[in-house]
Amino acid sequence: MSSFAYARPERLADVFGLWRDEPAARLLSGGTDLLVAIRKGRARPPLVIDLKHVQELAPGISEREGFLRIGASTVLSDMVADARVRAAFPALVEAALVVGSIQIRNRATLTGNLCNASPAADTAPPLLVHDAVVEVTGPSGARRLTLDAFFVRPGRTALERSELVSAIELPIPERPSGGAFERMTRRRGVDLATVNLACAIGADGVTRLGFGAVGPRPLLAVDDSGVLADPGASAEEQDAVLDRLAAVTSPISNVRASREYREAMLIVLARRALATARRRLEEARHAGR
Amino acid sequence: MPAAELRIGLDVNGHREELEVAVHHTLLDVLRDRLGLTGTKECCAEGECGACTVLVDGEAVNSCLVLAVEVDGHRVTTIEGLGEGDRLSRLQDAFLECGAVQCGFCIPGMVMSAHYLLSQTPHPDATQIREGLSGNLCRCGGYNQICSAVALAASTTDTREDVE
Repeated sequence: MSSFAYARPERLADVFGLWRDEPAARLLSGGTDLLVAIRKGRARPPLVIDLKHVQELAPGISEREGFLRIGASTVLSDMVADARVRAAFPALVEAALVVGSIQIRNRATLTGNLCNASPAADTAPPLLVHDAVVEVTGPSGARRLTLDAFFVRPGRTALERSELVSAIELPIPERPSGGAFERMTRRRGVDLATVNLACAIGADGVTRLGFGAVGPRPLLAVDDSGVLADPGASAEEQDAVLDRLAAVTSPISNVRASREYREAMLIVLARRALATARRRLEEARHAGR
Repeated sequence: MPAAELRIGLDVNGHREELEVAVHHTLLDVLRDRLGLTGTKECCAEGECGACTVLVDGEAVNSCLVLAVEVDGHRVTTIEGLGEGDRLSRLQDAFLECGAVQCGFCIPGMVMSAHYLLSQTPHPDATQIREGLSGNLCRCGGYNQICSAVALAASTTDTREDVE
């Protein structure tokens, strides 16, 4: 691995100071992507700034003003073990549990998964359908933007120079909702998604679908006709809506699958996810949640 | 302040270690090349194969994806830390009993992942065992024996003796 200098500041102000003095520095959180990139020569940072000691980015999940706030240093294993996340966002738990391996999830952070801006990031579709908000902090303060506005293209987010993600926030649903995650890979473990997809059906009948690995960034599509949420709607009616929503996608052919296969599987995964989400919504209603 | 070398202190298998490390050296580098703990293997060096699996504060990680400076002040357990002297742990014995070791290269990582699994789930079912080992590759193809060994270790004794 090529050499670099290393710093582990304890305050955000010190992070921004170091970064100002060395703009080519890279930020280290879990390290499961950055260290691979450095070893393979795809990244040659003169300085690595370790964020794990920064107080403002401390790991942990808290409830604040109707949101679940996931601190930037929270690793995926800890997120999926959180009872509040498990209860309200099962699709996110299912997605996080297929990121890398157990060893990876014990180090990798949710924030890092998003900041990499991979079109195939597994946690992105469920966060999109649950209206996740990204808290971005820079030297002059914090701003909040939707995750949908955060993704730009492969490897590129809406982060400006000297900005980082300080937390991910999820609005806690006031009424029961149903969520599900589906994914297709070549092998069961430690593989990137060929296609991944999440859906959330709200109590108001609005269905939100998040698509991954079928475009230059994770994509969000919304059905407010109520057809996808309706258990009585015919398969033909639902497929017609799915076909319309899938128009936002533009899959490519690569080593994992062809464009045509991705397009076909997207609809299959969507049908499965919708069936699960409708069932969960029904169960949540019966449970009085 | 940015540094190229740092003095770190960590607990490795119950021993306090203090040493000066290059900041770009991984935990794996330091375990093998500085501390002589060559049980932990380097293979893919990108977090795919699990041969370098160790525990940091009781959590399984790929030591090839952790910088040595990141474990400053933390507790590391390697394959050398599982048994006591010449006595193997129950889990290690189970690997021998089941003939789970062929070339042996992946085995330290397999054992560490299995050890971690049993610390979290003392009585895993077959699915949980496969999931627990899914971050570890064996190119001899001895997965069935490896899974049997984990099941044997879980079934025969209280696994708490294996757990820190």
